Amino acid sequence: MNATNPIATDATRTLEHNGSQDHHVLSGAEVLLRVLEDEGVEVVFGYPGGAVLPIYDALFKRDKIRHILVRHEQAAVHAAEAYARSTGKTGVVLVTSGPGATNAVTGLVDALMDSIPVVCFAGQVPVPLIGNDAFQEADTTGITRPATKHNYLVRRPADLAATVREAFLIARTGRPGPVLVDLPKNITAGEAPYTSGQAPLHRSYRPQVEPDRAAVRRAVEAMKQARRPLFYTGGGIINSGPQASDALRRLAGMTGFPVTSTLMGLGAFPTTDRQFLGMLGMHGTYEANLATHGCDVLIALGSRFDDRVTGRVDAFSPDSFKIHADIDPSQINKIIRVDVPVVGDVGRTIAMMIEEWNADDSRPEAEDLRHWWAQIDGWRGLDSLGFTQDTAPSAIIRPQHAVRRLYEMAMATGRDTFVSTEVGQHQMWAAQHFQFDKPNRWLTSGGLGTMGYGLPAAVGAQVANPDALVIDIAGEASTLMNIQELGTIAQYRLPVKIFILNNQYMGMVRQWQELLHGSRYSESYSSALPDFVKLAESFHAKGLRATNMGELDGVIAEMLAHEGAVLADICVAQGENCYPMIPSGAAHNQMILGPEQDGKPAEITGAGRMLV
Amino acid sequence: MTTPEETQVSAVISLLVENESGVLARVIGLFSGRGYNIESLTVAPVEDLRHRSRINIVTSGTQMVIDQIKAQLSRLVPVYRVVNLTEAGPHVAREMALVKVVSTGEHRTEALRIAEAFRARAVDTTAQSFVFELTGATEKLDSFIDLMRPLGLVEVSRTGVAAIARGPQTI
Ligand SMILES: Cc1cc2nc3c(=O)[nH]c(=O)nc-3n(C[C@H](O)[C@H](O)[C@H](O)COP(=O)(O)OP(=O)(O)OC[C@H]3O[C@@H](n4cnc5c(N)ncnc54)[C@H](O)[C@@H]3O)c2cc1C
Ligand SMILES: Cc1ncc(C[n+]2csc(CCOP(=O)(O)OP(=O)(O)O)c2C)c(N)n1
Ligand SMILES: [Mg+2]
Repeated sequence: MNATNPIATDATRTLEHNGSQDHHVLSGAEVLLRVLEDEGVEVVFGYPGGAVLPIYDALFKRDKIRHILVRHEQAAVHAAEAYARSTGKTGVVLVTSGPGATNAVTGLVDALMDSIPVVCFAGQVPVPLIGNDAFQEADTTGITRPATKHNYLVRRPADLAATVREAFLIARTGRPGPVLVDLPKNITAGEAPYTSGQAPLHRSYRPQVEPDRAAVRRAVEAMKQARRPLFYTGGGIINSGPQASDALRRLAGMTGFPVTSTLMGLGAFPTTDRQFLGMLGMHGTYEANLATHGCDVLIALGSRFDDRVTGRVDAFSPDSFKIHADIDPSQINKIIRVDVPVVGDVGRTIAMMIEEWNADDSRPEAEDLRHWWAQIDGWRGLDSLGFTQDTAPSAIIRPQHAVRRLYEMAMATGRDTFVSTEVGQHQMWAAQHFQFDKPNRWLTSGGLGTMGYGLPAAVGAQVANPDALVIDIAGEASTLMNIQELGTIAQYRLPVKIFILNNQYMGMVRQWQELLHGSRYSESYSSALPDFVKLAESFHAKGLRATNMGELDGVIAEMLAHEGAVLADICVAQGENCYPMIPSGAAHNQMILGPEQDGKPAEITGAGRMLV
Repeated sequence: MTTPEETQVSAVISLLVENESGVLARVIGLFSGRGYNIESLTVAPVEDLRHRSRINIVTSGTQMVIDQIKAQLSRLVPVYRVVNLTEAGPHVAREMALVKVVSTGEHRTEALRIAEAFRARAVDTTAQSFVFELTGATEKLDSFIDLMRPLGLVEVSRTGVAAIARGPQTI
């Protein structure tokens, strides 16, 4: 071999000559696949290209792992995220070098923000070419360093197996997140040792899992003296696993305390339970936000005081004693100063809280709790999510009503149901009006707020849960951001239901323009929309449309009854706003309510307009 | 009026990291990405087998920000230990400067006199110039440089701070 072909190394030659006789001689690509099998990987979402051809060749020869061919690398990551979120396993992605890797970046940041365990393998030009501006070369580890929990460039075949194993360890343990492994083509094409049982590469990585008993004891002491307590639960409980949700249900049951959840935590506690106050934050319920504002002991469990939740930081839950359970020490006192931090896995923390709660008989004053609940029930009486739907057949469908009917009719099927969303008003209406009584059923892009998440997420959830009902509650604008995934849905015959709340606007943008920018609807109208029904049909799916109340239930019923993929274009009221709303920079007790709740026009300050 | 929450404090943070490619980029990227200050940064391997390096960072911010910096650094996979030396107790922090002064006559004699007072060594001497080497606390280097300014100071090269806790305890 000559120097101009650095891909054909000595190792490949060895392989060509005695690969079949000598079982110890594996290519890097084969080693990669074996380690994936060791890690229990069943599905990989990916897209081929020159730099990953050795891996695709190995996949072809060894069909233990299912490869799902997406239509865009961003979608591969979102699908892997939903696969992970809906199963508790780690999602796996395979992309080529250069554009393959850069296309994956949005997905990686999305997984980083939402703490989703994903391992992404990217092809890279051969090691000797790195730095030469080679064809389809990108500084992938440089680009993805702030986009991942950790990343690697494998430079030596000897490091391959240990690196891949450590990538999985880091993705799923501690605070989960995306890990990228950059694989130069000479490493995958060349020979590499298949090794196991090595010491981890980084002895420096030691997440703190076990909570400190003394801290938990201090937390529970405060809970026992609370007069107006509140659990503020988040995505960390979902990360921790179903046993954490179970423990939360027990703890809430024995304490009788009210529970509110972030967007990311929905389903950790049954949203239909009487103790559940609804979501808190920018589009949270009146009762959840006023309880957050007025509580005297706030128990944050796996939630991170995001700005969508806190609103104006100096006015956030001003009089409460704050307990914060989180596995990531950097979340403690990041935004809100807390009184008792508990670092560790929240499932274990809750279990320990239960032990400490039962350790003696002291309990909060029953009278105090009764009074607190009476106050909460008073706020509840406002019915902040209430709306009136004109039921005449010709009436315009309100998006909230469409979601409620979708929920009711989906429940009536009795099927295990997973919901993904895009980003915008429809996402908030889905959070408010769809109910989740189990964890891992709600798949949404919270931290990054990535339009284009929902459709590939539905792909990932359906691949992971082939018998389940998977619904993507979508907006028409977001759907177009990864619309090509209709191809993936067709190829694998995934029976996903795409439920578009089509308001012909980037509704969330339109709402902010109405409230903050004098109703100047700059570039937020969804013009030149495709005919979604025909679009669905051209991708071999069923297309349906409801334009008024008379058609809504029929379309939902037909969608749910159909065995294959369906895209339902639900034409909804165009000017609907999502309420309640805490405008940026406002406090929880300065919520804007909807017209049905006698909402007054918003008063938004100049400073608030600066915020996002 | 500034509340205690807003008071800016300065801190010397020392980290022990895996000596691997990209580790410095992770540390620096964290500072630039999150908008933290770096006033000085030094890095060098500190173990026999050169497996681990020590990074010393002088930074400033509110106490909440300093605590965040420490927590965020601890999160990086190749980081073993992070210590805020300023908080951990008494410590020694030193840096070295090479200071070039070009002058003749009275200025030259004056420069030499001040260098002696500061115990700076002339490590290079020509008829028109000196290069002084000076080690000490940042403030000492600052005042030496200030004094040299009117005496023909033309160039300064500083190492940044290396720091270590006093007494028997280690990082
Ligand atoms: C248009 C739009 C509007 C939004 N409006 C709202 C809103 O009104 N209300 C709202 O709540 N959100 C809203 N969000 C979402 C918001 O941006 C954040 O994503 C969300 O609030 C964060 O949820 P979380 O605090 O549960 O944290 P997550 O992002 O889910 O993070 C999980 C936390 O738990 C910790 N953790 C992880 N694993 C464990 C473990 N095993 N044990 C212990 N801790 C663990 C992590 O360290 C982290 O701190 C909105 C998003 C969009 C796009
Ligand atoms: C990739 C990306 N670009 C821009 C935005 C900003 N943004 C947030 S919501 C939204 C409009 C979404 O419109 P649509 O999908 O129709 O949902 P609707 O709000 O109308 O329900 C936009 C543009 C975003 N979140 N993500
Ligand atoms: Mg829309």
